Parts: sequence; structure tokens; C-alpha cells
Amino acid sequence: MLDGRGLIRRRAGARLWLSGLWLALFVLAAVLAPLISPQDPLAQDLMLERLPPAWMAGSEPGYWLGTDSLGRDVLTRIIYGAQVALAVALVAGLATCLIGSALGLVAGFYRGWADRIISRIVDIWMAFPPVLFAILLIAVLGTGLSSVILAIVIIDWTRFCRVVRAETLNQSKMDYVHSAKVAGFTRLRTLLSEILPNVLPTIVALLTLEMGIAIIVEAILSFVNLSISTDQSTWGGMIAEGRTSIHQAWWVLVFPLIALFFTVLSFAQFGEGLRERFDPVLR
Amino acid sequence: MSGFLEIRGLSARLAGTGQRLLRSVDISLPAGSVRGLVGESGAGKSMIGKAVLGVLPKAVEIVEGEILLDEQDLLKVPPAERRRLIGAKAALIPQDPLTALNPSRRIGPQITDRLVDILGWEKARAASRALEVLVEVSIPEPERVMRLYPHELSGGMRQRILIASAFAAEPKLIVADEPTTALDVTVQKQILKLISQLQARHGTALLFVTHDLGVVSKVCDTLSVLYAGKVVEDTTVQRFFAAPQHPYSQALLAATPRHTDPAASLQPVPQAVIDAAMAEVAADDAAWRPQGGAHG
Amino acid sequence: MADTIFQVSDLRVDVPDMTRKPLFGAAPRLEILKGVSFDIARGTVLGIVGGSGSGKTTLGRTLVRLVEPSAGRLLFDGQDITHLSDADMRALRPRIQMIFQDPMSSLNPRLTVGRTIAAPLGAGAGDPRVKAALEQVGLPAAFARRYPHELSGGQRQRVGIARAIAMRPDFILADEIVSGLDVSSQAQVLMLLEQLVVELGLTLVFISHDLSVIRRLCSRVIVLRSGEIVEDAATADLFERPQHAYTRELLDAIPIPDPSVRW
Repeated sequence: MLDGRGLIRRRAGARLWLSGLWLALFVLAAVLAPLISPQDPLAQDLMLERLPPAWMAGSEPGYWLGTDSLGRDVLTRIIYGAQVALAVALVAGLATCLIGSALGLVAGFYRGWADRIISRIVDIWMAFPPVLFAILLIAVLGTGLSSVILAIVIIDWTRFCRVVRAETLNQSKMDYVHSAKVAGFTRLRTLLSEILPNVLPTIVALLTLEMGIAIIVEAILSFVNLSISTDQSTWGGMIAEGRTSIHQAWWVLVFPLIALFFTVLSFAQFGEGLRERFDPVLR
Repeated sequence: MSGFLEIRGLSARLAGTGQRLLRSVDISLPAGSVRGLVGESGAGKSMIGKAVLGVLPKAVEIVEGEILLDEQDLLKVPPAERRRLIGAKAALIPQDPLTALNPSRRIGPQITDRLVDILGWEKARAASRALEVLVEVSIPEPERVMRLYPHELSGGMRQRILIASAFAAEPKLIVADEPTTALDVTVQKQILKLISQLQARHGTALLFVTHDLGVVSKVCDTLSVLYAGKVVEDTTVQRFFAAPQHPYSQALLAATPRHTDPAASLQPVPQAVIDAAMAEVAADDAAWRPQGGAHG
Repeated sequence: MADTIFQVSDLRVDVPDMTRKPLFGAAPRLEILKGVSFDIARGTVLGIVGGSGSGKTTLGRTLVRLVEPSAGRLLFDGQDITHLSDADMRALRPRIQMIFQDPMSSLNPRLTVGRTIAAPLGAGAGDPRVKAALEQVGLPAAFARRYPHELSGGQRQRVGIARAIAMRPDFILADEIVSGLDVSSQAQVLMLLEQLVVELGLTLVFISHDLSVIRRLCSRVIVLRSGEIVEDAATADLFERPQHAYTRELLDAIPIPDPSVRW
């Protein structure tokens, strides 16, 4: 048994470290963008359009991942795109998590009319196709970073609410909750000190997943040109532009896609890794 | 004279760690007799039953030994052949009647499937056999019960159906894994009597896994007491309850509740007995040299 | 009366039977307790025995007010607690404790043993009362830092007992607390309980499906079947001269570990 657990922990270690390393790079890139970017993200130079990456014939020094059809440096734009992605992941992820989890805990623990109202709203919410819902919201709220974040929160809180409610419901049936009642804990204290620690691992896993999803939603909105003004670099915007020149300059599409893919994957893996590492029950 | 089931020198361990789970277990079960496997949780009693039926979890690897079923070593035949052999000659009565039946299928097919798929019987023959065994375990209106779903029956009825299902293919060996632990005492008595009756009538060999020495004294002919995967005592029921030989067996018997003699029962197992048993196991391990299939 | 700690009269519990609920309208009520009455004398151990579905667990949980009675009266130490609100009940909680059947699910898996015992006391895990309670149940003080999954079944059940006695209660309900344990730890836990009852002057209700365990510990036994009391007698009388057919059936069904006793 001991060694079986050790095995899990070692694998969790690799998972945690690799995804953590990528996320650290991602955060650093976003924060230090003006310092580390090789070029100006908005500088257009038609003389330098569609330069291939550094290791291919016809490349120019200083343009490591090539340039797009307007001659803007792809690496620089990916680094600046990380700023938007990070802002969306953190703000939208946390806000979604807080609102959804709080409602889920209340519905699952107190039941009764609170549960009926919250669950009904969730059911109605889930009936809207999310992407159309988002496009509709942006149309109402107007484009811009804050609108994008608001749209993500408005759409995705149900994801937390549903899962956290179900988990809270499960935990509420356990005898340790009854024993808290016998011990004379108030309802609120039981919820916060008994149930929350047991639901927290689920919330953390969902949160990291949600951060990845938020980045994807932002990319989708950028892709359909409903996100942030076009002079700000975003991964989704880059992918949308790269799509039109895929045959002449694949790198414009592929590199932001790789950045997006690894970031979203790392968020999910990081959450799993955290859970395996720090959950006393699994540990 | 060798038994219908002969386990010889069976050792198993947790894959990857080398932690021993079964320690050179020898068990002999003649055709038509009943042997109890007794021990506390983690002693390996269920694991022996699982090894015989070839359903050990992947994490458990058999290091050495033989499991002879009707004189064929199950560990030496290829997996597909082993499945066929076990399917034809052995069956299981599981512990939990609530989870052992598929809740979304009717009772009838759950009994006949095994006969049709594994033994290759015709459907009509399987169906009539199913009716026959349901009558044998005293299920009223068997035709109707065959069309019911498990949740429409009580726990005791479901356990009867599992017993019927185990006896349906006329196996020569049945492994019963704590078959009455989940039931009320009054139902337990009926179920145990039923198993004993069927076993005697069909001359089935029965390997009875249980933690309850009271049950052993009512159902079994012989018993093996297990501690930490080692058989510490192998004897007949008459001799065991008259005078258990191993100190651990004595302590186990003294710990068993007995309402007819409250003063002499429910005695905690003395630490010295546990220490001695652990030392015995450790000495055993030190002297043990695995023969084949072991690495390091 | 000063020497009666619990007075239970005509206690009834029913719940909506959702399996027979019509599409519209209320579900029919399913009676779990059909009016039970008994007293518990202070400082005694009362056994409640019955099969599955007898209502013994519901009866226990109604005594400690985890289940709301639908009718009848429940007096604790002279005070009517039948319909006491959660908030008013909280003042009485330290005096009425419970030990649960499954120590794995009744101990919060993400709290250390120390915090689990200390929390109801409103203290930290380092509180001397935690150490004292652990010692009383025969566990080393170092166990305060462990998590429930790091303990054996018997040890977990001792922690459950430690948590209950740390509150210095007058009354403890023990619901099938040894049914999941091996016989050796079963005997140890029962002896511990026997000793604590005397040392701390506790009143104990011991619920079990197993009459042979009850004989050792209890001075009086109530036999419950389908929500009704079929027999209520002193332990020795019950075992030697069972009055009700169901009690005799229960006694007959116990497999006595002796092959010479006919079954």
C-alpha cells in the first residue's frame, strides 16, 4: 500500500512540476511582456511579411517564430497575448468559481426553497447554447476585455454550481455532518468547517479547469472578432488571422495554437496534480 | 488421497512491492466436504477464494504454488482454458446480494446467461434448469420471479437467487464469500441451512469464507485459521471447538461473543498472542526463498 | 424523577414514502416508529436490538434529535425536547453525545484526530482535554496528529468514543459501533465502553442487531420489530425467559460457536 501511494505521488510530482513550469513561464511572459519581447507587438512592416521561423530558409534574425501577413512578430504577439489570456483566466476563473461554488454550497446544504430556486435557474441557464449565449451577451455588453470576462462569468457559474451542489449533497449525508450536529455546531459552522474542506478539492480541480476554459472562450470570441479591439494581441485573434494564410504561412496559426493548447492542458493537469499532492485523503 | 481442490504452497504478494499477502498456504478440500476459511480482515481469507476462482485483482501476483482443481493445476493452463475450467467446475456465492445482481436486468436471464454462454447449453434447457433450481431454493412462484427485477425482491430472496444461480450448473466446487454477513440473523439461519442442504444433496465441495466462528461451527466439517496470510491451524471443526491448538486460534475463539456463556466470551486478544503470531510470520518470511517467477 | 434521564412516550416517526408518491399530490406516509414508550434510568446501559427495518437506528437518532419526531413526547432530564429548535438544542448538545456505526464516515476525513476531538470543545488540537480523552480510550497522544484513514477500524472507533467523552456528556448513544469491527477489536471496544460507563457515570444506549454482544454490556434490553417494542426486560430475564416469540426466534438464530449445540 505504501509503495502504491508512493507511485501515485511520484507521478503527481512530474505532472505538477511540468504543468507548473509551463504556467510559471506563461505568467512570467504576461507580466514581463514589454521587457522580454524581441519586437514591438504592433509594429507592421510589409517588407517583413510572412517571414518563416528562425530555423527555416529565408528567416530574419530577431524574428524567432516568423511574422504574420502584416509583418508583425509572432513570438512577440504570443507573449502579449498571454496578458489577455492571464487576465481572463484569473479574473473570470475566480469570479465564476466564487459565485458558482457559493450558490452550490447553499443549495446543497440548506436544500429547501433556496435549492429549488437555484436549481431551477441552473436548469434554465443550461438550456442556452453557451457560444450563442456568449455572442448575444457581447452584442449587448459591447466588446472589450471586461465584457468578455463578464460574459464568461454569467455563462459558466452553472458549471461550478451544479458540481458543487451535488458534492455538497453527498457530503451532507455523511455521518461526520450528523456528528457535527450532535457536537452542537451551528449550521453555518458545519458548512464552513466540516463540509467545505471536503468539497474544496473538487472546487480547486474545477477552478483550474475553468481557467483553461475561460482562455478558450476568450479565444473563440476573438476568433469571431467579438472580443477585444484588434490592435491588442490575443491568441484567438492570431488563430483567426492565421487561418486565412495557412497555406502560405502555417506558423502564424500553429504557434499561438500550441501556446493555447499547452496552457489549457497545464491548467487542468495542475489542478489534478495539486489535488493528488495536497489532499490528505488521497495522500 | 487428494481432494477435489488442492492448494499447495500458495504464496502471493502485492505487485511491485514484494509485500507478502499469502504465505505458503496449503488447503485440501475433498469432494463433498465443507471447509471454513476463518480470519480477521486482511488475513487473506477472501484472497484464497478469489485465487481459486481466478479473479484476483491485478495488483496481486501469485509467486509460487499450485491450485489443483480436479487434478489440473489452474496456474499452469492458459487463461482462456482456465476460465472454461473454472466456469464448468466451480461457482461463487457472493457476499452482498444487493450489488451482486445487475439492477437493470430481469432475474431469469441473469441465471441462464452463464449456462448458455459458458457451458453452451440450449436456451430452453437453461430456462428449465433455472426454474428447477429456483424451486430447490424455495422461491415461491418461480416463473413470475424470473421476470422480476432485483429491486422487487428482499435481501434474503436475492441471496436465495444467488445461491440458485451458483448451483444451477451443478458445479463440483462452490466458494461462498461471507454469504450472510449482510443479512439479519434470522434470515442468516435460513440461508445457511439452505446452503448446507443443497451442498449435502449435490455432494458439492464448499469453501466457506467467513469471519464468524459461530457460523463455521454450524456449517463446516474442517477449517483453516488464517493470520497475516498464513494458515496457523488446519483441523476439524470437532477438534477445533473442543481444544484449539494455536494460541491465536484460542484467542480468536475466546474473543467471539457467546451469549450462553458471557463470562468466557468477548475476551480481547492479548497483545502477547499477536506479537508471537507476528514473530512467527516474520521468522517464516526470513526462511522463505521463492522458487520461480520471482525477481530479487 | 431524578433518576430517570430519558422519558419517551408514544414516540412516532413517519416519513413520506417517495416510492409510492402519486404524480400529483402528497406521498403517503411511511411509519417508521409506531408509538414507542420507555424510560431510561440514569447510569444504566440500555440495549436496543432488532433486525434491519425495525426502526432501531431511527429511534436512536430521534433520542439525540437528529430525526424530528412526528408525534409523542421526549423528556431529557425533565425538559421537553420533542420539538426543541436547533438553536435551543445546541445548549443541550454537550450533554447528549453519539458514537456512530461507521467511524470512517463519521470522522471528517480531512481533519486530524486532534482537531476532530477539539472542535466541539471550541478548543485547538493542542488542548490538554484532547490528550486526556485519547488516553482515556487507550490511544497515545501522538495520534492527535493523524488522519482517520491512517488508523485501523478499532482505532477509529476509539477516536469516535474519545470525541464523545471529551464533552463530559451525561448520555451517549452508541449505534452499532462494533458491527464493522473484527472480533478482537470488538471485544476491546466493548470492554473500554464498559469501563468508561462505570468511571464516568454515563448513561448509555447501545443499539445492535447482535444479541450476543448486548448480553455483556446492557442491564436492560428493548426488542424492536417494525417500529414497535415487542419486549422490554432486564437482560438476564430476556436471555433466560424470553416472553415474545420474536425474541425467541432472534435468540435461536444466533450461531453459538459450539458444534455440539443443535441449531
